[in-house]
Amino acid sequence: MNHLLSIADLDRQAIERIVSQAERFAEVSDRDIKKVPALRGRMVLNLFYEASTRTRSSFELAAKRLSADVVNFAASGSSVEKGESLKDTVLTLSAHKPDAIVLRTPWAGASELVSRWCSAAIVNAGDGKHEHPTQALLDVYTLRRRLGEIDGARIWIVGDVAHSRVARSNVLAFQRMGAQVTVAGPPTLIPREIEALGCEVRYTLDELHRADVVYALRMQHERMSETWVPSIREYAAWYQINAQRLKPDQVLMHPGPVNRGVELSGEVVDSPQAIITAQVEAGVVVRMAVLYELLAGAHEGAHPPPAPAGAASAAGAGAAEIQNPSGVVEGQPA
Amino acid sequence: MSAVELLIGAEGAPARLLLRDVRAIDPRTSLAARLDVRVRQGAIAELADPETLVQDEHEELIDGGGRLALVPAFFDPHVHLRTPGQEHKEDIDTGTRAAAAGGFAGVIAMPNTDPVLDSAPLLRSVRDAAARQAHVRVGFLAAITRGLAGEQLTEMAELRREGALGFTDDGKPVQSAGMLRKALQYQRLCGGVIALHEEDPTLSRGGHMNEGALSAALGIAGIPTLAESTMVARDAAIAGYEGARVHFQHLSCAASVNALAAAKTAGVRASGEVSPHHLLLTDEAVRSLDTRMKMHPPLTAEEDRIALIEGLRDGTIDCVATDHAPHARDEKEVPFEQAPMGTTGLETAFAALYTELVLPGVLPLELLLERMGAGAALFGLPANAIEPGASANLALLDLDAEWIAGEHGWHSRAENCCFAGRLLRGRVLLTLSAGAISHRDRHPAMAEA
Repeated sequence: MNHLLSIADLDRQAIERIVSQAERFAEVSDRDIKKVPALRGRMVLNLFYEASTRTRSSFELAAKRLSADVVNFAASGSSVEKGESLKDTVLTLSAHKPDAIVLRTPWAGASELVSRWCSAAIVNAGDGKHEHPTQALLDVYTLRRRLGEIDGARIWIVGDVAHSRVARSNVLAFQRMGAQVTVAGPPTLIPREIEALGCEVRYTLDELHRADVVYALRMQHERMSETWVPSIREYAAWYQINAQRLKPDQVLMHPGPVNRGVELSGEVVDSPQAIITAQVEAGVVVRMAVLYELLAGAHEGAHPPPAPAGAASAAGAGAAEIQNPSGVVEGQPA
Repeated sequence: MSAVELLIGAEGAPARLLLRDVRAIDPRTSLAARLDVRVRQGAIAELADPETLVQDEHEELIDGGGRLALVPAFFDPHVHLRTPGQEHKEDIDTGTRAAAAGGFAGVIAMPNTDPVLDSAPLLRSVRDAAARQAHVRVGFLAAITRGLAGEQLTEMAELRREGALGFTDDGKPVQSAGMLRKALQYQRLCGGVIALHEEDPTLSRGGHMNEGALSAALGIAGIPTLAESTMVARDAAIAGYEGARVHFQHLSCAASVNALAAAKTAGVRASGEVSPHHLLLTDEAVRSLDTRMKMHPPLTAEEDRIALIEGLRDGTIDCVATDHAPHARDEKEVPFEQAPMGTTGLETAFAALYTELVLPGVLPLELLLERMGAGAALFGLPANAIEPGASANLALLDLDAEWIAGEHGWHSRAENCCFAGRLLRGRVLLTLSAGAISHRDRHPAMAEA
């Protein structure tokens, strides 16, 4: 695997390989010293054209735990605001020879374009309303930990599907893992012919009780001013996941950040069914697994470079490292 | 009303040619015969049985060998020459070179330039430029509304007197029905065809491609074909009410073809055009997010494509128009949603349609030739013809020649052609515009004697 551009490119085997690798990295995260030297000397460039706190910091943390150097480049306050094109920005930053570029843009297909312009491995951290593959991978990881297996699970994705890259990636990823996916939301926010992705469509939550997993999407306030729905109040009345609608045996997920009182009621966010914080935790280990897969060639059976003796103190911004990573990266899945 | 020439171009040296034993095909006169054709002083001087005319010493001989086809040159009622203001995309010189290379001897340029062609002084200046630079004859449409803003009519009568063939706000619709009605009423004073880019922006807003399964999967906002067809129906009704003459540009869907057919049946003086890309491609071509596949209106579904072909066949759609829309490489080398709309089309129009529609037997060659020339008459211009005394607007074609589109570059300044890289059959060897050679292919048969 050279790039992670979309879930559409991945088969079940590839998803499972990344998720299993993430499980191995999860063991490291539970230790006092959370860092491994797998990507020492490699450079990961975070190139973000949209505001992002959690995704960007999650990638940054993932790269640092693998001992990679990280450079953050935000489009605001940069040459991009002076009118530089995406291509020129990428070519300029490529002069620093990054090994991977983590890219978020408001444009569908931008990561694939960039993958043709430079030699770095490209990780799509969100391309417009198209895909957000690492979110889907961390959701598969989280759900698998919760359910054991995803095969046969009935998963409802509820809310603003039209504007959600998370919805598209997750419909594909959950189906790859054997789930039956239904998308539900206001008719104005469900794209025409979305069924072509293989999911079912509902415009009410009348049958929500049939779901094993309820995945609520973030409802953005600006959709109101664009009159996609009449009001937040009416949206919440019909589509909010609350204690009346959520059954005790259902699992609740959300990509964050949550609008309490809009797509989710406060009580369900704090309920034991919600695995929203587990999703956030999973973000780091899954992104470690993605970077490791792309840069260390894990799938080809290659081993991470052994840590040279005495290297621990020389690298990694003063952070301590695990001298022998083999028990982590080559160990058996938990 | 026209004291001025409606089509204008640089005076080329009149060719003295003897085209020996060519397959002359003129669908308007049902001519299909092997002939010798003599061109002299800008006109077709003589038609005779094959191998009967004798070359004189001042004459270049081109031997068709009974194989090369001679047809009336094509006419494109919809091109963007980007002059003034966007010469980094195209200009009159390069755009009309591209036209000539595609077998066109006449084109109509759209007014959505920078500044917009909405005043007589501007029209005079671009016509002056065309008189110096154009390799084929160029006609100009002026804007319907000032600055294409949809708020105030241009000085249509003066623009007509200065040579505007008609009017369009192409690139944008005339959104206000009331504004369009005023323009159509004013047409009674000034004449000229009113050509309409049909799009309801409240339906298309924010869209970058056809609405359908693919736009849903890509997460790209879709444009429903309704955005076009409802406006065709609306404007046909207004034109019918006012008895006005309208032309619907770049039709892209089945519902628009039906709306145009209904308008014609009801007696509305309406005509329509369709582009090669809408006849040959569907939105499936957008899957790779190749920005050359981004155009306005967008590529639509297969059933729309079939309806467009049927509409062209039965005459509901009157003619082919390329909507040649050049853009600079760096403008198109961006993510799909950032890219400007448009594909070039002049250099590939005939070969692409011949390869994909005529060779498989979907449309007869004669019908394609007719529809590629019919745009002239729609704008009140004489049709090109193969007959003695006619102005020599001719294209010599090698229908067997294969070539890869764009393989050796383009005559256009732009390279954003949706057919680039395709293997095409049918090549334009020579184009005569008003009796002058405006294009000569790099082909052995075409080496100057």
